[in-house]
Parts: sequence; C-alpha cells; structure tokens
Amino acid sequence: MGYLGRPTQEKIVFALAAALCIGFALFLPGFLTANNLLNLVRSVSILGVLGVAMALVVIGRGIDLSLVATMAISVGLTMQLLATGLPLAEAVAIGILFSLLVGAVNGFLIAYVEIPAIFATLAMGTLIYGFGKYFLFQLDVLYLPDAHRYLLWLGQGYVLGVPVPIIVFAAVCLLAHLFLTFTRPGWYLRAVGDNLAAARIAGVPARPIIVTQYMISSLIGFVAGMVTAASVASMNTRIANSTYVYDVILVVVLGGIGLSGGRGSVRNVIVGTLLIGVLLNGMTIMDVQYTLQNVIKSVILLSAIVIDTFLNPRDEQTAQQGDI
Amino acid sequence: MRMFKTGITLAALAVIGAGAAFAQGIDDPTREPFYSALEGKRVAFVPVAMGFDLTEGWAAGIRSQLEPLGVTFEIRDPSWNTDAGAQAITSLISEKPDAMVIHNPDVQSYARLLKRAEEAGIYVIQVNMNSAYSTDAYVGTDYVGLGEKMAHRLIDECSPDNGGSGKVAVVQGVLTAAASAYQMQGISNVFADHPEMQIVSNQAADWDGTKARNITSTVIQQHPDLCGVVGFWDVMDLGTGAAIQESGKDIFLITSGGGNKTACDGLENGTYSEVVSYDVPGQARDIATMIEHLLQHGQAPGSVKSTLFSPLTFMTKDNIGPGSCWTLEGQN
Repeated sequence: MGYLGRPTQEKIVFALAAALCIGFALFLPGFLTANNLLNLVRSVSILGVLGVAMALVVIGRGIDLSLVATMAISVGLTMQLLATGLPLAEAVAIGILFSLLVGAVNGFLIAYVEIPAIFATLAMGTLIYGFGKYFLFQLDVLYLPDAHRYLLWLGQGYVLGVPVPIIVFAAVCLLAHLFLTFTRPGWYLRAVGDNLAAARIAGVPARPIIVTQYMISSLIGFVAGMVTAASVASMNTRIANSTYVYDVILVVVLGGIGLSGGRGSVRNVIVGTLLIGVLLNGMTIMDVQYTLQNVIKSVILLSAIVIDTFLNPRDEQTAQQGDI
Repeated sequence: MRMFKTGITLAALAVIGAGAAFAQGIDDPTREPFYSALEGKRVAFVPVAMGFDLTEGWAAGIRSQLEPLGVTFEIRDPSWNTDAGAQAITSLISEKPDAMVIHNPDVQSYARLLKRAEEAGIYVIQVNMNSAYSTDAYVGTDYVGLGEKMAHRLIDECSPDNGGSGKVAVVQGVLTAAASAYQMQGISNVFADHPEMQIVSNQAADWDGTKARNITSTVIQQHPDLCGVVGFWDVMDLGTGAAIQESGKDIFLITSGGGNKTACDGLENGTYSEVVSYDVPGQARDIATMIEHLLQHGQAPGSVKSTLFSPLTFMTKDNIGPGSCWTLEGQN
C-alpha cells in the first residue's frame, strides 16, 4: 500500500467515486463538462449540508433521526409566516428559534434524561411532523409567496458561475471543519463521542456539549431546508415522512464516519456525498429507470461496506458499542 | 239549461278549488324520496393522503354538498401509507358505511378490497386514480386521453416540422400509480405514429418536486436542444419548472393538476407553459352527485358500473383570468 497508507473506507469510497467518474467520462458524452459537474454537485449539495449536520452528531456518538422532520417543519413554518405577510427577518427568526428549540429538547432528552439518541430523536421526528401537520399547516406543500421570490436566489442563483447551493455546502463544510478543529466545544464534542466517561472525568462539560451538538445539527438543518425551499419555490413537509434521513445517514457512514463516535471529519461527508452525486447523475444521464437506480445504488453501497470489512476486519478492539 | 248551470258552477268551483290549492303550493313528489334516501347515511373517504390540494378540495366539496342533507362524511387519512390505507378500507368493510370514496395509490393494492366492499353491500366510488377493478363509479381524469392530448401539444410545440428539435422529456410520478401508467400509455400511443418525436428521458420523480428538479436539470445539461417536458402533476412540476427557469432556456413545460390557484400562479410567473386542469371542485360535485344517485336507485353495489371522465381545461398564461383557478378555504 506504500505511501497511500492503510486503505480506510474514506479512501475506498473516494476511489470508487473516482473510478465511476472516469468510467462515465469515457463512456457518457456530456458527463465531463463543467456545467454537468456543477450540476452534479448542486443536486447533492443539500444532501451534503444535511450530511455535515448528521456527521457532527455522529462524531459526538449520537444520531439525529429528527433532522429532516425538523428541517421540513421549521422551514415550512417560515414559508407559512411569509405567506401571512410577516417580514422576512421575523419569519426566518421564528423558524430558526423553532429548530433550535427542537434541537435543545432532543439534547435535553439525550443528555439529561439519558434516553438513547436513536429513540429520542425517532420519537421527536414523528412528534414534530405530527405537530406541524396538525397545528400549523393545512397543506403538505407550502409555497413560497410571490412577494418573496427574491429568496429563490438561495436555491437557483449563481455567484461567479457557481450555483449558490454549492457555495452554501462549501461554507457549511468550512465552518463545521473550523468548529471541529479549532474551537474548544469542537474538541469536547469529539472527546465526548470518543469516550464519554473519560471526557467527563477530564472535566469536559459533557451534557451541555451534547445539547449543543443537537442544536447545531437542527440549525444546519434549517439552512439546508431554506436552500431546498428556494430551489423549488416550496417546502414539501411530506419529506419528513420519507426515507430521506436514511440517505443522509448513508452519506455519513459511507464516507467513513463510524457510528461508534469520536472518529471522522467533514472530509468524509464530502467524499460520501460525491459518490452519491456521481452515481445519481450518471444514471440519470443514461436514463436508467428509478427503480433500477435504487438497486444499483444499494449494490454499490453494499460493496463499499463489504470491501471495507475485508480490508479493516472488525474485532473485539475495534467493534464498539453502538457500532451498526 | 239547469244542468248546464250546475255544470258551470261545478267547473267554476273546481277551478277555484284548484286555484286555492296552488296558492298554498303542492308537494313536489321527488323531494321525499330524495331526502329520505340520503338522511342518516354514512360516506367514508380514503384518500392517498390529506394535506394537498386535490384531496382537500374533494373532501371540502363532498362535505359541503352532502352534510346539509344529513349525510355523515368521514375521512380516514392513511398519510401516503398504502398499508394503512388497506387497513382503513378493511375496517370500513366491517363498519359498513353506505358508500366509500377511494383514491388509489396504485392500480393493484386496493383492487381486491374494493371488490369485497361491494360484496359487503357498500357502494364504492373511485376518484381520479383508478384501481385495476372497476367499481360502481369512477370519477376522475381519463389519463390515457390526457396523455394523448398532452403528446399532441408537445408535437405542436416541438416537432421538427413545427421548428422544434423533437426532443422531449417525461417526468412521471410514482410509476405504479394509475395517473403515471395510463398517462404514459397515452403518450406512447401518440408518439408511436410520430417517429420524429424522441423521448430522451423518462424518469419517475415520485410526486416530489426536489427529485423532479434534479432530474430535469441533468436532462437539460445532457440535451441542450431539449424542446419540451411533460410532467405528470403540477405540484411536483414546480421543481421541473424551477430547473427550466434556472437553465434560462425556452423549454415548453406542460403538466396537469386540479386547477388550484398555485397552477394559475405558476402560469403567471412562468414556471409552467401550460397546465391541463381536471377541475377538482367539479370532480367533487360529480362524486357527491354520484353518491346521491347510487343511494337513491338502491340497486345492489357492483351491479351497475359507470364512469364519469372529468372535462379538461387547457390553461395558458393568455387564457386564464381571476376566476380560472380555485382556492381552498384559508389558502393565501
């Protein structure tokens, strides 16, 4: 293996993505154009932003199954308020507050009530969706009012030829990377994820850190939701009920962030997102039917995991509690 | 002479008597059977999900027509879950309402249940998305016909004879839904005779705007001379339209829907080029009327089958006015 070092899952997935890219570039006319590549990244940038949110939680040895529901309902709320004539700043502020509140409740249930993250957030996701559907909205799809069509820039605009969603993705990646690498809460988050008991003995305020990580993920979710809403001029709250959150987890796990916590970085999310993007884009160009696309996607994902298991076999040492 | 006088008097008295009776009004013989046939009846509605323009519009329309007549109208909302829908129908079969209005998520899932419901003595009306089994009534769009008409519009706009490139894309909903399968059949029927028209992409976006958008942007990248797109539902095709608008190209987008205000808004702001409306309030009235009819004629469920295809309106920016689209109560 030489200078490449140990073949981690991240490298394997990156190699797969690169191999697919080369294959598509050779056999699919129109794949390797600047426009198509930009379009490729744009189409998965929302998935990537959500992946970063999920990654932060997973690195802290948690999981946030309510991420997509929180995104849908908080952004839906903002759209609804805009439609009733509230100014942009207030509508957005209320949406952000709502998502932070959900994050705080998640964190509280997990850190203080000590409910396992998977159950707490699963229940919260359903609760939030039900709350939105029953108390807030009449329709599943909330439209961006015409008076606020300038918001479409966030989803459909360009800066120097680069679509805005890609810039948002890049910015979120950068901020998350800086947070994990250079800030004290970022270090704490990794320490808590690696070994909660040891971190606490070392003086890390473990519980507040856990609450913070869920608030951050909800907040990033809101950003992803605003970009989603802007790119199709509406928010489909039904997405909360879909399997989208598993796609997000897939991006994280595929990129090589272990569900056991403490390991991984933003780079893993980028790699995982790119593989999914290349796959989807190539198959759409080839006009592969949707059902077959799902089959191919699953096979490639499974093979990535199988290769990883062969190259990095699990044993008593590496297998940790919570490893799926 | 005397007899004649008596006759006149009697006749006069009869006329006066009749006049008196008319002055008080007479009973309309159709009222009693109509109201007694409907009073106290129960109608259940199982949509694919509540919470979008079509199902909310039907429910509101049926309710406003039937409830004043003393009919109980209830909704079982499976919220996009086919299993939950099948369970709702199963439990309704044992509860025996007088009629059920069913909106099928696909052509197979409910087909047997609907047959059982009819055998159990419940009238079954299917709305807008049919199952493989025909019940007492189908009220909704003729999707094969709709597909054919949309295909002809694409030929008008995009055929090389008319100055287009002949390249079109199809954005379907859920592949197994009647709306997708039948519409595609209609499009294929027409394009079979038009080899100059080429479907460069035929993808399912699962009724989801974000998926529709991603698919469409990729297709536009891949086929810069794409001339037209046919989408299968206006709510989903907000995403298709967004991709077209972002590309800055002049691509003809035709889609269909219930004719809600969002369709007119989309035509005004250029998201869609043309929307075919199957007019949800009209369909709601058809459903309610069908229920009134079935409950009055009283024949065994399943014995007479009828189909009411909804009239279609082709709406463009130029032919719509303030009253062309409908709004839900409380809709902005």
